[in-house]
Amino acid sequence: MLNIEFLIDGLLIGFVYGIAAIGLTLIWGVMNVINLAHGPIIALGMFGVYLLFVGELGMHPYIAIFFVAIAGLLVGMLIYAVAIHRVIDAPHLSTLLATFAVNMIIIGVGTAIFSTTPRNIALDLGTITLGSVQIQVTRLIAAAVASLVTGGLYLFLYRTTLGKYVRAVANNRDAAELMGIPSARVLAFSFGLGTMLAAIAGGLIATFLPFTILSGATYELKSFVIGVLGGLGNPLGALAGGLILGTLEGIIPAFMATTWVPVIEFVLFVVILLVRPTGLLGGSK
Amino acid sequence: MKRNFYLIVLLALVMALVVSGCAPAAEEAAEEAAAEVSGEQTALIGFTASQTGKYNVESTSQINGLNLCMQEVNDSGGVTLDDGSQATFASVFYDDESNTERVQELYTRLATEDDANFLISPYSSGLTDAASVIAEQYGKVMITTGAASDSTYQKGFTRVFQTYTPASRYLTGALDMLAANDPDAEDIAIVYENSKFSTDVATALQEYAEEHGFNVVLFEGYDPETTDFAPFINKIQDSDPDAILGGGHFQDGTTFVRQLDEKNANIPFVALLVAPPDPSFAELGEPAVGIVGPSQWEPQADFDAEAAEAAGLPFFGPSSSEFAEMYVEAYGDEPSYHAAGGYVACLLLQKAIEAAGSTDADAVKEALDNMDLMTFFGHMKFDTSAESHGLQIGHSMVYVQWQENGETMVKEVVWPQEGATAPTLYPAP
Repeated sequence: MLNIEFLIDGLLIGFVYGIAAIGLTLIWGVMNVINLAHGPIIALGMFGVYLLFVGELGMHPYIAIFFVAIAGLLVGMLIYAVAIHRVIDAPHLSTLLATFAVNMIIIGVGTAIFSTTPRNIALDLGTITLGSVQIQVTRLIAAAVASLVTGGLYLFLYRTTLGKYVRAVANNRDAAELMGIPSARVLAFSFGLGTMLAAIAGGLIATFLPFTILSGATYELKSFVIGVLGGLGNPLGALAGGLILGTLEGIIPAFMATTWVPVIEFVLFVVILLVRPTGLLGGSK
Repeated sequence: MKRNFYLIVLLALVMALVVSGCAPAAEEAAEEAAAEVSGEQTALIGFTASQTGKYNVESTSQINGLNLCMQEVNDSGGVTLDDGSQATFASVFYDDESNTERVQELYTRLATEDDANFLISPYSSGLTDAASVIAEQYGKVMITTGAASDSTYQKGFTRVFQTYTPASRYLTGALDMLAANDPDAEDIAIVYENSKFSTDVATALQEYAEEHGFNVVLFEGYDPETTDFAPFINKIQDSDPDAILGGGHFQDGTTFVRQLDEKNANIPFVALLVAPPDPSFAELGEPAVGIVGPSQWEPQADFDAEAAEAAGLPFFGPSSSEFAEMYVEAYGDEPSYHAAGGYVACLLLQKAIEAAGSTDADAVKEALDNMDLMTFFGHMKFDTSAESHGLQIGHSMVYVQWQENGETMVKEVVWPQEGATAPTLYPAP
């Protein structure tokens, strides 16, 4: 029997998966780079919020997410300048290895500093009861923030000059440069934007689930599935993919053992790659 | 060319740093061992600790207990051997990262390069299973603690000895307790972490439940890495059980209980493995109230010389209250049963070396085979049959429940009734 709660829980987590995936897919769409440091950056977002919350500042997690987002943007631009810029025009393998190296550095340093002991942000905002359905407020807020951030990203990409620069560079970097768009800076900013979204996703997840410095890997994998599902390079597709994946995770347990969830997710991954490699909503190219 | 040269030098330096960084624990131990050899014997005890990874909480307690015991033995002058000399304990250990591959690698190193005389198991059945193969292979006596799976002792090993009550008897008492509190309760959900230990417990529990007329409405494992139990809890609620039994280890157990509370699951009886008996489980606050957990040992459990005499057994080591006092003094925290398990593993080794009169592996093995005594941890006796050599057959579990006493959370022993410090809170709030 399918209880509505299965669906709601799945949808709510789906929004958060969605914005994690948008970060990955944005970077792919703009600069053709598969960012293997995506997971650790999600984990850094989690730790950023955690440290601001438990530290002397005792900052409210939702305010902390704002600062973590800014830090995510700056860290992303720094990573771009240090590790990606030099190899941006090299074959895919080079950028893949460069981001993998960043991944290993963050995980190594993170493990040394934080160990891999799970952490928790003790934020209990209670539950809302709608009929027979219990909805946890922290999950509801996470979904709301995720939708707002996605909406904001759209407004940014389509209504601002800088957003238009980003899209122009994504479409044709040479032509954009000829039009006087400083492509290197736009690329750095786009990478920062992608990592910012990853950090926000991490911060939101940390408000209701325990995490370690290694937790990002799970969400990175999900982001790949979501990216392929929605179309790599297509932010709206990524959000839709996130919702589909979240819903699947929510309702599969109603019909079979929960251990089947990843099996089904990754079978879907292969099927989409074989049948519709541009994703359900089509890639940006 | 010059640039390449610098690169090579730099790489060599980094390699040298990495290599030197890996070695200190073993080198220090070797130096320590050498220093203590002067006229005395040293028994080198090798083990791994999960200083990082998911077993960090339990393992840290276990290692604290173990270190405390070694310290006590050494402070009292060591173990007197047949030749009149004293043997003191020295230790060598590494971080196993809660990872099976690391355990295999590190126990091989402990048995060969470090040449430890005796081994103590890592924490958890999965890691111990990996370590026991190595111990047996290199002929080292290993006392296991924090490892309850029965199957480890059913592989024909002869040098691996268990301190814990085995998994097959871990949660069966909780069902007896449920039946005593509510004769009408019949539908139970058994949900467990897909790990070696929890699966062993759950399988034995399912058999026991069906034999005793319970209806198992849900029997399902969850991935050890699970952090989001929401879909799983929805499924449990759908099956509408009178009780949830199962769980896994500390992290998943606490997360599961927190999310049960967040979803207002309102299940009258929840008994979970490992997490509830740990003192830090109380940090969950309100959600912890009413949760039952099987414990290998509790400070209130009254095992002392008097209890041993009543049971017709010799007593060895400190009493429960003495151990608890020592532990609080050393670490400032209440000891959990993992800490007690760590202590008792070393205590059994001390007793066996004493009985054998030497640190010879064969003699110590024989002493352990013949052991039948009581310690603060309870009755200790090992199966010596060929089918399950080393399995613990003396010890039994107690069940604890978190209850509220005004503002503070207290852990009460609620089962078996003869040892109970408070009546069971049923149904759980």
